Amino acid sequence: MSPSRDQILGSIRRALRRGALAPEAVAACETRLVTHPRNLIPARARTLPPRGQVELFVKMAEAANATVARVREPREVPATIAAYLARLNLPQRLVRAPDPALDALPWSAQTLLETRRGIAADSDPVGVTTCFAAIAETGTLMLHSGPAGPTRNNFLPDTHIAVVRASQVVAAYEDGWDRLRAAPRDADARFAMPRTVNFVTGPSRTADIEQKIELGAHGPRRLHIVLIDDGATT
Amino acid sequence: MKATSRAFKDNARRALGDPQLQKALLNLRTGFAERRAHAVSQLPEWEKLRDEAVAIKRHTLANLDFYLEAFEQKVTAQGGQVHWCRDAAEANAAVLAICRRLDAQTVTKGKSMVGEEMGLNDHLEANGVTPVETDLGEYIIQIRHEPPSHIIAPAVHLTKEQIGESFRATHRALDPARRLEDARQMCDEARAILRPRFLAADVGITGANFLVAETGSSIIVTNEGNGDLTQTLPKAHIVLASLEKVVPTLEDASTILRVLARSATGQEFSAYTTVSTGPRRPDDADGPGEYHVVLLDNGRSALLGGEFEDMLRCIRCAACLNHCPVYQAIGGQSYGWVYPGPMGAVLTPSLIGVEAAGNLPNASTFCGRCEQVCPMKIPLPRMMRHWREREFERHLPPRTYRLGLAAWAFFVERPALYRRAADWGARILGYVGRARGRFRALPLAAGWTRTRDLPAPEGRSFMSLWAERVAARKRA
Amino acid sequence: MPDSKPRVALFVTCLVDLFRPSVGFAAVKLLEDAGCAVEVPGAQSCCGQPAYNSGDRRSTQAIARQVIAAFAGYDYVVVPSGSCGGMIKAHYPALFADDPATAEQARDLAGRTYELVSFLVDVMKVERVSARYDGVATYHDSCSGLRELGVKSQPRRLLASVEGLTLKEMRDGEVCCGFGGTFAVKYADISDKIVEEKTDNIRTSGADTLLAGDMGCLLNIAGKLERAGDPTRVRHVAEVLAGIAGPALGEPGGES
Repeated sequence: MSPSRDQILGSIRRALRRGALAPEAVAACETRLVTHPRNLIPARARTLPPRGQVELFVKMAEAANATVARVREPREVPATIAAYLARLNLPQRLVRAPDPALDALPWSAQTLLETRRGIAADSDPVGVTTCFAAIAETGTLMLHSGPAGPTRNNFLPDTHIAVVRASQVVAAYEDGWDRLRAAPRDADARFAMPRTVNFVTGPSRTADIEQKIELGAHGPRRLHIVLIDDGATT
Repeated sequence: MKATSRAFKDNARRALGDPQLQKALLNLRTGFAERRAHAVSQLPEWEKLRDEAVAIKRHTLANLDFYLEAFEQKVTAQGGQVHWCRDAAEANAAVLAICRRLDAQTVTKGKSMVGEEMGLNDHLEANGVTPVETDLGEYIIQIRHEPPSHIIAPAVHLTKEQIGESFRATHRALDPARRLEDARQMCDEARAILRPRFLAADVGITGANFLVAETGSSIIVTNEGNGDLTQTLPKAHIVLASLEKVVPTLEDASTILRVLARSATGQEFSAYTTVSTGPRRPDDADGPGEYHVVLLDNGRSALLGGEFEDMLRCIRCAACLNHCPVYQAIGGQSYGWVYPGPMGAVLTPSLIGVEAAGNLPNASTFCGRCEQVCPMKIPLPRMMRHWREREFERHLPPRTYRLGLAAWAFFVERPALYRRAADWGARILGYVGRARGRFRALPLAAGWTRTRDLPAPEGRSFMSLWAERVAARKRA
Repeated sequence: MPDSKPRVALFVTCLVDLFRPSVGFAAVKLLEDAGCAVEVPGAQSCCGQPAYNSGDRRSTQAIARQVIAAFAGYDYVVVPSGSCGGMIKAHYPALFADDPATAEQARDLAGRTYELVSFLVDVMKVERVSARYDGVATYHDSCSGLRELGVKSQPRRLLASVEGLTLKEMRDGEVCCGFGGTFAVKYADISDKIVEEKTDNIRTSGADTLLAGDMGCLLNIAGKLERAGDPTRVRHVAEVLAGIAGPALGEPGGES
């Protein structure tokens, strides 16, 4: 190990006036890492029934300048997206993440909509992704990287459209983490963090010029959420 | 970064006389403070969350060696690397070595105060690597060759006219006749200029708001999305983090995140909170091939267990700057180093020495608003006072000031003598000032009377009048 | 019960003593009207803030010991200043970490010490005063009183009972006036800029009178208003509550 590492650790212990941690202190810290106990979670979303959480998610996402369209069934998604693009006079051309859930949607029925499957390029005006969970507390999307989720698709296109199922709505960030921990990824079916987890709350913005908020700094100028809300709850 | 904190008074005087700066600083007053107050009012659990956030950091700092080692172990297990650096020189060398190995020509950078502390841009440039700041505010000050004036809004000291001029002077390939009047146009121009830079960069460097021991992750909180493009597109992602950024678990990070955005910009949650763990996995669709965490001490470990330990709880939200009357009057560059405002007044002497930064902890009215709004309940005024005590012990305040204080204390510690002196003072000043009711100039308070009158005393001290009244009552 | 009046010691503060004794007399009147037996210990001078805020811990401790001794044995110690009250209440106990006996005395003193107006309302349960003041006043919340002692509603509550007085809040009433003790002299330029914001807010509030509970802030604000030729009258809140209406701060014609 590097001498700097040892010196820094030594300096920490000297300042704390102790040597290496006592075994029981180590055990307590290790337990904390393994059990990752929850701290206080605000009542705002936690105390709502699932339907209420979906409504809160929509309200908070809209408050963060996202727009939300609701559909009853997955097959309505491509038409809804085409209509959204037409309404805003945006190019009818999109890149969709290589996600089986998106592959299953009837894109070809939208004859005017040009779709490509894959990793976004700078020239793609519109990106469509799914998400992993949706956090009601602050109207936040939780997405993660993987074979089906190129991270850049969440950031490069001017318009980011995220397809969210109502059953993906959870109350708090902690619920998102628990869902992620319960979704094993590696070969041994153990929990492994994805390379990137993105929490997205509304479109990109900056207030760096005279404190005036402008949407669309470097990331998407628009965040549109298509909520598949079949009325069922988790 | 070279410190000019010694020249604080001159810096401040210049700042007060700079009409553009004063105009820009007006934006602070409404922007941050009002938005924060609103966000806090929307969360009934605010005070409890603050207490929990404090408890998390206290626990982590008491076991910092454990959590840093646990963090490193997780990073390594996932194919990343932690570079332990005692000081800025080691950290700069670590970054440069990675850039050289990857034959990097340009690096993109998300906003990092640790990067400013290291003076990383100068070091890279001197060694043939071009750093490109991508946060809009950082980009603006980079093209102006200025230090940041605020820890989350680096260009808050500038007006849009100044920014427009800098854009015209820098973006020479664009049509000189283009319109560049409002923030929208400037945002779009910066977006268009920086997009190809993101795509071309060999290495992406970000800061970190948190390191998570449980998972070996780093977390950045941004609004522009520049940090995400910075760390996703290049071959390698380098994270610059000081060692107090570590927290035990994702749950702990989530709790502190709840107070961070609200305290900083008054948002419920920032647009992008991004958790990064290791390099891209073999089957990932994209992401950086290397993940490095440059872990910087730079004097912080020595603060543990002492009177400045609480400062290591700081999460760099800037609420203390945004609510500080002194910061609002003079802006951040007057402080002369990386960290301005109340948190800078405490941290800067810790990192560059009280001889160089002695003005900073003195330039406070102790109004206490910083501590009141600090989500981590850092007793900033108390720690500024600790610095003043250390200065006093080392005879750093000017001789005339120390002598004046000693003379004053001589009287105050002798109440009988003091009573007579006070009555004479009141009589003389009251007599001289009676006609006008106030003084326009006083020899020992020239700083005060240059811009303010001093109301004249009524003419007798209370204690002498009270003594007469008590005597009269006894006679009666 | 022959005499159940609480024995209250007035800590008059050095600025009131020197600049504005009428505030001391106003305080005595308000306390006596509220049913207190008021005494003014002779062995008082200053609470020690100038030394404390300059990092001179030794002098501060010496002064604090003196104050602790001078104010021993009273039921309450009342201070017409949030700043000096805050010094005794919030800071004295921490001065004697290495001297448990004095620390205990400091805690005892801190427990008995109150800022004047909050003492009247919170302890003596005063709900109204009999005073008249014809004017529109705005109230500046002095920092230490507000943030160390929680003085906010109490002065407003009593001012509401003053006949003829209308209270109008200014913008940023809780923001510092820039006084800060020696700060106002050491960093006079910055202090001036901060008090300029304060006086701008006072002016736009539409009030003709500025009230506060701390002489330091009042001297600073009055001095700035007077230099600008602003006719706004500046008074300590105790003067108005006690109905004592001599010349306002900085007005000519003070008694001699």
